Amino acid sequence: MTDILRPANADDTLEAVRGAAADAIRLEVVAGGSKRVIGRPCEVQAVLDVSGLAGIVAYEPEELVLTALPGTPMAELEAALAERRQHLAFEPADLRALLGTSEATPTLGGVVAANLSGPRRIKTGAARDHVLGMKLVTGRAEAVKTGGTVVKNVTGYELAKLLTGSWGTLAVMTEISVRALPAPEAIETVIVEGLTDEAAVALLTAAVGGTFEVSGAAHLPAAVNARGVAETCLRLEGIPLSVTARREALLAFVRGHGRARLLDGGESRLLWTAIRDITPFCGDGGQAVWRISVAPTEGPRAVAGIARRIPCQAYYDWSGGLVWLATDADGDAGAEVVRAAVGPHGHATLIRAPAAVRAAQAVFQPQPPALAALSRRVKEAFDPHGLLNPGRMAADA
Amino acid sequence: MPEPDKATLARRDEIVAAMRAIVPGEGVIVSDAELRAYESDGLTAYRQPPLVVVLPETTEQVSRILSYCHGNGVRVVPRGAGTSLSGGALPLADGILLGMAKFNRILDIDIPNRVVVAQPGVTNMAITQAVEHAGFYYAPDPSSQIACTIGGNVAENSGGVHCLKYGLTTNNVLGLEVVLVDGAVVRLGGKHLDAEGYDLIGVLTGSEGLLGVVTEVSVRILRRPETAKALLIGFAGNEAAGACVADIIGSGIIPAGMEMMDQLATNAAEDFIAAGYPRDAAAILIVELDGPEAEVDALVERVRALALSRQATTIRASADERERLAFWAGRKAAFPAVGRISPDYYVMDGTIPRHHLPAVLARISELSERHRLRVANVFHAGDGNLHPMILYDANAPGELERAEALGAEILKLCVEVGGVLTGEHGVGVEKRDLMPAQFSETDLKQQQRLKCAFDPASLLNPGKVFPTLHRCAELGRMHIHGGRMPHPELPRF
Repeated sequence: MTDILRPANADDTLEAVRGAAADAIRLEVVAGGSKRVIGRPCEVQAVLDVSGLAGIVAYEPEELVLTALPGTPMAELEAALAERRQHLAFEPADLRALLGTSEATPTLGGVVAANLSGPRRIKTGAARDHVLGMKLVTGRAEAVKTGGTVVKNVTGYELAKLLTGSWGTLAVMTEISVRALPAPEAIETVIVEGLTDEAAVALLTAAVGGTFEVSGAAHLPAAVNARGVAETCLRLEGIPLSVTARREALLAFVRGHGRARLLDGGESRLLWTAIRDITPFCGDGGQAVWRISVAPTEGPRAVAGIARRIPCQAYYDWSGGLVWLATDADGDAGAEVVRAAVGPHGHATLIRAPAAVRAAQAVFQPQPPALAALSRRVKEAFDPHGLLNPGRMAADA
Repeated sequence: MPEPDKATLARRDEIVAAMRAIVPGEGVIVSDAELRAYESDGLTAYRQPPLVVVLPETTEQVSRILSYCHGNGVRVVPRGAGTSLSGGALPLADGILLGMAKFNRILDIDIPNRVVVAQPGVTNMAITQAVEHAGFYYAPDPSSQIACTIGGNVAENSGGVHCLKYGLTTNNVLGLEVVLVDGAVVRLGGKHLDAEGYDLIGVLTGSEGLLGVVTEVSVRILRRPETAKALLIGFAGNEAAGACVADIIGSGIIPAGMEMMDQLATNAAEDFIAAGYPRDAAAILIVELDGPEAEVDALVERVRALALSRQATTIRASADERERLAFWAGRKAAFPAVGRISPDYYVMDGTIPRHHLPAVLARISELSERHRLRVANVFHAGDGNLHPMILYDANAPGELERAEALGAEILKLCVEVGGVLTGEHGVGVEKRDLMPAQFSETDLKQQQRLKCAFDPASLLNPGKVFPTLHRCAELGRMHIHGGRMPHPELPRF
């Protein structure tokens, strides 16, 4: 039975890591555990559960900054922000339904460790663009702070960016400051029906490159859309008067591409939440799910290359640059085919697969030797004895 | 700066010959007269001619140069256009100055993917110029944008007046090609939105030339907004101006730019270019709103109402593009304008939480009196980035020292109220010794361990950023005292 350490604060966390370092005990670092099944399974002797480090430390809406402990549930955070009509603009996904972790609680720490984002990524960036500073306990059992609570800051290296998306392999976060931004007052969606993947991505990239300030650009091919028809979706957000003006301009712009329709605010929220949370692939938990990141115009080519060789389904976000792809979970779950089709100018992550597949296949994109060696040295700079989430991102790191 | 290595100085001819074998023709500069052109950057108080200047033209040459330096223990200082205000490109007597000016080509303009791929010596402005025919631009706009290079922008994580809405360099870089100190070439990111693995682009951006040499940059370009309008607002006091800034942001508006100038800066600008600023105002705000026409018009009215409720003494909205540019002309000329009223000036660059603005300005005013030096303030009010300009005369004995002492006190004040030492100019040599005001020894050692992961012999731009140089072997040691598992005090199952 694996020991579970439940520190209540940053001092306990430091103490726990110090103890683990002294006894060379490898730790799995978790908070709410909703994304625990992403990555290579770690071989550890104990679990460091930081969900006890929870709560909002400071929230200053006029400063556009919120500081909270890593175990703070996202629901609590989002409610506090909504009360002041603000939000986390990077729109982090809730992956519980996809990953079958419905009983778990998504936390700020998990969102940052995974560098999550959502459809609004094309306009406002990912978690890494909104994390301002943090406190850490490194694998060297030292308490370190980096960054601050202000947006404009170039004092020293941005370790907070490095920690964001490091999947708990470098250090344990004990406090995080993020940007809070005004939430949009109005939302609408323009949908064009019946486009091929190529035509859809051409339309999405053109619209995103227009003056419409599109904040979501996705394409659901007929095969993955519950409505049974291909839908190309463009989201507009902002003050009502602005959304109305841009909607009219966008409708004129898409005229001639296919039948267009409008979604109001309520329907738009449901649609974009489904796109964000990969709802099209939540139904069949037996399939493997890949997250592919490429140049937007390359999305359809990559999918076509994969579809020629193995059975798969896919849909597009980020105007074609983010592809969610479902494959059969047996064998290598399509790893060889997927990575060959993506090529050197992009990457593919196996977000959902049985543990045996994740143990046998590289879950994250394998790196060229010089880059892999650099990544190992970076890991060693924070966690020289490989105590924290060992092997989660790569077998040898 | 680190003591010059006598052995390296003695081997100068041999090093020059090795460089000439890698970079043919005029790319290796050795004459004293020509070296002097590289002896300082935008922080001209510090000067040091380098051992030799090398101007490579290809990634392969950069790789061979670094590989040679790595093999022979020779230090390297990378340089873009040399516009750093913190001494980031200050040469070393025993170091090669690696000038990237010949990397001056734009490699790819990809409108559908909204990406420009450029060599690092391309100027910030040239990227915008390359895409404006299609209605696009590159958002970060440091004041030196005509001269500063995109490679330098990456090294310094440069900002500009539009950061609040559009981010700093780090939020607009998608890909890098980087030569590591051993000559290895790595490519990070590309035209896709998120780079794989650890966010090395995130740490390289703003690393001030200490981690690697950037040889290619892919940046996000944005569609030029449909329209932009600016408001010029005058206040009778700094408190009212500061409160108005908080009101605007608190009401849910993120302006494209929000600048504040105090009375001394305002009047200097007015004397210089007659921008039409109210001379009697204690502080002015320039608030720019951009986006769709209907939205901008509505927000202009919202901002006007907020300014009125704070008893603004002047409120003018730009009627056309000419007037909008006139509002900005005074702000953009603030530095040279202050240059006209004082023989010398020293620009500071701290960031503070916005709500401390009135208190910090009051404290700066006290410090100014105590040090008997005038201070003019311009301020990126939207994101709390303060640029006090300390007026002094370098020819008056002791004034430079007093200006530096005053500057250090202002920056410590920024940290004291919860801010940071530098918002966009970088640490360099200028603020290196102030780092302990913001970071503990443990914090700084961890940053240096990251440096060691990239550059274990500390050959890249040594002497910048860190007040104390530790050997990587010493930093790598790990001492664990006490604490045996399991921990009885920790609740567990």
